[in-house]
Amino acid sequence: MNKIENNKAWFFVIPVFVVVAFSAVIPLMTVVNYSVQDIFGANSTFWTGTEWYRQMLRDPDLQAALLRQFAFSFAILAIEVPLGIGIALLMPKKGWAASAALVLVAMPLLIPLNVVGTIWQILARTDIGLLGWSLSSIGVDYNINANAADAWFTIILMDVWHWTPLIALLSYSGLRAIPDAYYQAARIDRASRWAVFRYIQLPKLSNVLVIGVLLRFMDSFMIYAEPFVLTGGGPGSSTTFLSQALTTMAVGQFDLGPAAAFSIIYFLIILAVSWVFYTAIMNAQKDKSAQQ
Amino acid sequence: MKSRIAFIVYIVLMLLPIYWLVNMSLKTNSEILGALSFWPTNLTFDNYINILTDDSWYMGYVNSMTYVFMNMAISLTVALPAAYAFSRYKFVGDKHLFFWLLTNKMAPPAVFALPFFQLYSSVGLFDTHIAVALAHTLFNVALAVWILEGFMSGVPKEIDETAYIDGYSFPRFFVKIYIPLIRSGIGVTAFFLFMFSWIELLLARTLTSTGAQPIQAIMTRTQGASGIDWGTLAAAGVLTIVPGIAVVYFVRNHIAKGFALGRT
Amino acid sequence: MAEITLKTLAHSYSKNPSGPEDYAIRKMEHVWAQGGAYALLGPSGCGKSTLLNIISGLVTPSEGDVLFDGKRMNELPPEKRNIAQVFQFPVIYDTMTVYDNLAFPLRNQGGFSEEQIRTKVHEVADVLELSGELSRKAKGLSADQKQKVSMGRGLVREDVTAILFDEPLTVIDPQLKWRLRRKLKQIHERFDITMVYVTHDQLEASTFADKIALMYEGQIVQFGTPQELFERPAHTFVGYFIGSPGMNFFEPRLTDEGLMFNGKVIPVSDQVLAKVRSSGSDNIKLGIRPEFVTLGAEATDQRYEVTVTGVEDLGTYRLVDVEFGAVTVKVRIPEDQPVPSDAASIGFPEPWLKVYVDERLVEADHE
Repeated sequence: MNKIENNKAWFFVIPVFVVVAFSAVIPLMTVVNYSVQDIFGANSTFWTGTEWYRQMLRDPDLQAALLRQFAFSFAILAIEVPLGIGIALLMPKKGWAASAALVLVAMPLLIPLNVVGTIWQILARTDIGLLGWSLSSIGVDYNINANAADAWFTIILMDVWHWTPLIALLSYSGLRAIPDAYYQAARIDRASRWAVFRYIQLPKLSNVLVIGVLLRFMDSFMIYAEPFVLTGGGPGSSTTFLSQALTTMAVGQFDLGPAAAFSIIYFLIILAVSWVFYTAIMNAQKDKSAQQ
Repeated sequence: MKSRIAFIVYIVLMLLPIYWLVNMSLKTNSEILGALSFWPTNLTFDNYINILTDDSWYMGYVNSMTYVFMNMAISLTVALPAAYAFSRYKFVGDKHLFFWLLTNKMAPPAVFALPFFQLYSSVGLFDTHIAVALAHTLFNVALAVWILEGFMSGVPKEIDETAYIDGYSFPRFFVKIYIPLIRSGIGVTAFFLFMFSWIELLLARTLTSTGAQPIQAIMTRTQGASGIDWGTLAAAGVLTIVPGIAVVYFVRNHIAKGFALGRT
Repeated sequence: MAEITLKTLAHSYSKNPSGPEDYAIRKMEHVWAQGGAYALLGPSGCGKSTLLNIISGLVTPSEGDVLFDGKRMNELPPEKRNIAQVFQFPVIYDTMTVYDNLAFPLRNQGGFSEEQIRTKVHEVADVLELSGELSRKAKGLSADQKQKVSMGRGLVREDVTAILFDEPLTVIDPQLKWRLRRKLKQIHERFDITMVYVTHDQLEASTFADKIALMYEGQIVQFGTPQELFERPAHTFVGYFIGSPGMNFFEPRLTDEGLMFNGKVIPVSDQVLAKVRSSGSDNIKLGIRPEFVTLGAEATDQRYEVTVTGVEDLGTYRLVDVEFGAVTVKVRIPEDQPVPSDAASIGFPEPWLKVYVDERLVEADHE
């Protein structure tokens, strides 16, 4: 679509600007302010400059948490995206079955984060939990509080259970938006099932998948409540992700300055990765419109 | 047929954790902690009755619903005109503004919790529903603009022009013609707004104490000195799923109708 | 090579059709001869797209048979029928280049070397004037080029014996429509392919097709050349739908003297009159095209008194509305012919006055 150049359009975005500025800019300023000071009490602070930043960047615990974070985010994306598309392809297309399937598939999405954590914490228990009990009764030595691999397995399973439906719903909607003529033409062209997926369905899903992947990346990068409830970050610090490391520092040890500096670094990392995604999308869309 | 079976297998696996929660919620604590069983032997609704008759419990649901719906109203109100502007016009700084909105979706609540607490305390909004609703606009507004813009790009510009020629004023055109056209988009957006606001814990817990405390925070008090009250915890968990199911049910047709989000 | 025969074909989308109104296609017999260029014309909702999809195999008819060269096709899926179809909205594979789009059906079919595919693709691209676009991504093409690509995917296949078009010019800019239509004709002449073209636009139908099948309420009410449809509408609907404006109709009373209208007997041949009488129906209509009505000043024996109520100037011709009894008759006259100011008379030259009983044409038998 050719857009008209019109700066009066700003009037339409002023409400958003005001609301978000109130919610975002002031708190962000506060964080920046903390990050360059040392705070001993209400009125005694002193300027530390970039000291906290340097300290944070050298902190081995945080480096480890960052690595863990990337590993986690990429692992769940690698599972949830293909699985979600697969489920979307399997979902019924018409009638009451479609409605029922939508409601069922969406269910995990609508459970508060700490409740999700609680559900899985219960499930993973070998005495009263279905998962833990089943695994130990078939002879698997499963213990999320002692074995890091078990803890990782469970956290990833939890995230996949909770968030694959998001990809599935978005993909389902994307698939429903494909006109029948495409499938009919493909049949006449004798396209295989795989070719239909590869050349019709997947390209038509690109827009919703971009949203899905970005949302999942950003949210998984900030994951906090679910693993906190499930494993508390352990055993040891094997499942301590960035948000938790940060919160422990800020609240637990009352180290506001370093925590704030860490927040900013953390924020910048998400920003940088998302920026890469975002510009890639924008460029892709520019290519499209340039060709049109 | 094979795909039908595969789908049913997925649904069954997916429902297992929820089934387990429901199963627990219908048991007494002694049964839960006794031998593991797949269904309650002494079926009891006491856990639910406890929650639904105690206002310190059920007010948690009311509080959560209140700020979630406030957030949906605020987010949609400000996002609709903005999404319209993004989908129809080029203007100075549009790309940057859009990315800036998106960055807020990226702002980890863990980073913002404390400054938020200070901000809302200083303006006297601490422990109010509106505080949580406003805080949640941080991530929801960006999402709303994004999704709505996708739907709006699918509406031909000729419709706007025809309406102007027919003598509609902009507000009238927007409310009478445009909004009904993107009804599906609003439905889908509302679903996502509900979802992200409803499940969020960190900000909601930080910004409230007793007056507007969300159910997720209230649930933590099942951990008492004498151990965890598993039955009540499970029942409270089950009840957090119910409003969400209602919301999906309302928007199911908008989702099933399909959306590609964006210029195709 | 395919001659497409529809045998006692009917289709209903409901499982238990209770009456004719449940049928999208009502019982019909039809033959599309090999190599013809046909149009399937009709208003929206008349069942023409359903019929097209039955031929291509996207819809399985609930009753009757589809035969290709006498072979029953009902159960064969579209991919086994050796047909191609071009849809209303261009269907192209967005992520592929134009070349890959055209090569796609051949690659799916298998058994072709890349060399053979290249030759075939270039040949078709040449005909369609797409040679310059072969390396472009198909997504960036204009709508008319996209339609050419989707047609090209049918043309590359040597086994294709029929191409079906489902209102293919809907999204094409008006100034490009005639070019694409001419291209279709060229292709028809060059490749020996049966073409069936669905449209609701009579101009499109008559410029493309040798013969038009006009559909109405799930049936083909007339199949003939554009001229036949114009001069000898077999059904009142044909008279009404073809031509602009459509045929004039009025309902005479059948008396002992003949067909009476507005107090006068309107002469028709004895044979026709006998047929009308023997039908026993009271649904009788007389129809004549505005082009064939003669307009004059005085009423005489064979002419009828009318009042001129309006004149519309349409450039090269004029349309005159005259009040004839209780009906308004439209008369089309050349631009330079004077229009009587008030009282006038009209005449119905015998060969052009048609008699319809139960909406169907009644004619004298040809000797």
